[in-house]
Amino acid sequence: MTKKVHLDHAHLLHLLKAMIRIRHFEAKCVELYQAQKILGFLHLYDGEEAVSVGVMEALTQDDAVIATYREHGQALSRGVDPKCLMAEMMGKLNGCCRGRGGSMHFFDRARRFYGGNAIVGGGLPLALGVALADKMQRRSAVTACFFGEGAVDEGEFHETLNLAKLWRLPILFVCENNLYSMGMAVERAEADIDFVHKASGYRVAGEKVDGMDVVAVESAARNAVDRIRSESDPYFLECRTYRLRAHSMFDAQLYRSKDEVEAWRKKGPIVRFQTWLEANRLIKPEELATIEQDVDKEIAAAVAFAEAGPLEPVSELERFVTMEEVPS
Amino acid sequence: MNAPQATAASTRLTYREACKQALREALLSDPRVFLMGEDIGRYGGCYAVTKGLLEEFGEERIRDTPLSESAFVGAGVGAAMAGMRPIVEIMTVNFSLLALDQILNNAVTIPHMSGGQFAIPLVIRMATGGGRRVAAQHSRSLEGWYAHIPGLRVLTPATVEDARFMLKGALADPNPVIIFEHVMLYNMEGDFPSDMKEVDIARAKVRRAGRDVSLITYGGSLFKALQAADALAAEGIDAEVVDLRVLRPLDTKTILNSVARTRRCVIIDEGWRSGSISAEVGMRLAEEAFFELDAPLRRVCSREAPIPYAAHLEDACLPQAATIVIVARELVRPS
Repeated sequence: MTKKVHLDHAHLLHLLKAMIRIRHFEAKCVELYQAQKILGFLHLYDGEEAVSVGVMEALTQDDAVIATYREHGQALSRGVDPKCLMAEMMGKLNGCCRGRGGSMHFFDRARRFYGGNAIVGGGLPLALGVALADKMQRRSAVTACFFGEGAVDEGEFHETLNLAKLWRLPILFVCENNLYSMGMAVERAEADIDFVHKASGYRVAGEKVDGMDVVAVESAARNAVDRIRSESDPYFLECRTYRLRAHSMFDAQLYRSKDEVEAWRKKGPIVRFQTWLEANRLIKPEELATIEQDVDKEIAAAVAFAEAGPLEPVSELERFVTMEEVPS
Repeated sequence: MNAPQATAASTRLTYREACKQALREALLSDPRVFLMGEDIGRYGGCYAVTKGLLEEFGEERIRDTPLSESAFVGAGVGAAMAGMRPIVEIMTVNFSLLALDQILNNAVTIPHMSGGQFAIPLVIRMATGGGRRVAAQHSRSLEGWYAHIPGLRVLTPATVEDARFMLKGALADPNPVIIFEHVMLYNMEGDFPSDMKEVDIARAKVRRAGRDVSLITYGGSLFKALQAADALAAEGIDAEVVDLRVLRPLDTKTILNSVARTRRCVIIDEGWRSGSISAEVGMRLAEEAFFELDAPLRRVCSREAPIPYAAHLEDACLPQAATIVIVARELVRPS
């Protein structure tokens, strides 16, 4: 049933653009953070772009997404408007959550984006519920649940995989294994670093994929989603990737060497894909220039939108503590 | 407790049966409602509340779960976000601590943090309280902790009518609601008007009117307070008994009105005194009724210890009617 990714020219450029969009969006966030226009935690996805871009290609608009606190990439590749995201980063009323969530808590109901979650592993049980609701309402949607390898150490990972398999829920578990949970290297945290093996302990089928290769991720995700839909069973995808920047802006990265990071940067998903496209004459320099210009224009527009956005009046602070109705 | 015999115009039930009828009604009236929890199906519920529902409604809607509180409570949150109306049973409040992350970090933050994009119409039922000689890990009263959290509605049905009808109100609420059922009440019988269809889940209720002192309480302590009021009446002290019913949001108005009439107040709470719901009630009275009071505010709470197993120690640990009588008497007739 293996399905190949249809690699026409437009699709290749689309994948590259989607990754560049995330990279440039975050580079702008760093600038704004240094200018103190973005506050709080800022967890960058630099180096991991291929994971969310590849996985989202396999989903339809009817599918659902549960994200992590490092979810700029997940939100952008899900198609959430960069303007609303940038405004959210800046705490503005025109942000995707009225400026109440910030970097770690993007939500977009219209895109079935069920939020970033600042509690490691906290989103996993939510995925059970969303998938269960879809199944009970006889919808064929798949829920993609993103989490880092650090979440695997939380009890919720184990509880959730067990229940997902037991109830045969249509969930794509996407483990973004970036090798570090904050400063804790994976081999220092895990008695068994084979995550697919852990999933198989719950009889959840899965595979390991090179998370630095966007085409490989997309291909694996498409196969996984097809399998989830046809067999009504969860599936586990471990995407091996690397976080090229610090855990957050407060992290001095004392736990790993600069050489290690440099070596990985050379294997980064954008440089790798772009180099491959260039080597195979699949992209012209002017096409690349156009992509970068388009993305930068988009981000400049997002910043302008955010800068111009009003602040939520303090009088609204307690609004939505309790809801007056269930949004339809 | 045995209430007076039912008349033709009233319905008589046990508290347990009232809870079950409420669940049945919910399942029958809304296809989005389903039940989830440990041993609620085949076993019939550890307090037999859900007995028979699996046979009637099937495995899709009566979902037995493994011992995974965090996962199944979180699944309730997710399902509520995606259009269902889950009713999750946590076997006892003690086990709810394993699901506290999902309640506190997800259920109550997501509506606010998402800027109102999502509501969490989730109902969580759990048994609470001591008195069954099952020692510290099965006897807690943590309702007050939950009442600390903005975004939750916390209900404590103490009567059979509340057990029968609070669930309906909880399901109509677009917010997460926790219903605490005191373990000592399940076998209690009581009656309510046959034509009754619902109860107000926003208001406290005066269960017995009186002039001399307000006994403010909720849940399993209500009947101890009523018993104390009977004993006080025999001494000529007319106690009013107020059932809080809703620990969050607190109905301050009913409490203030009662104390404005009686000018004296004892708060009875099975939770520990420090940082308890009784502390909150007392402080609201201090803030808003200080000049109405003819005597200091008093409390009868659980002793500040884990609840012991041995019967005499457990009895000594929990609020008892006799203690309530002593404290109320001291207020009304200071020596």
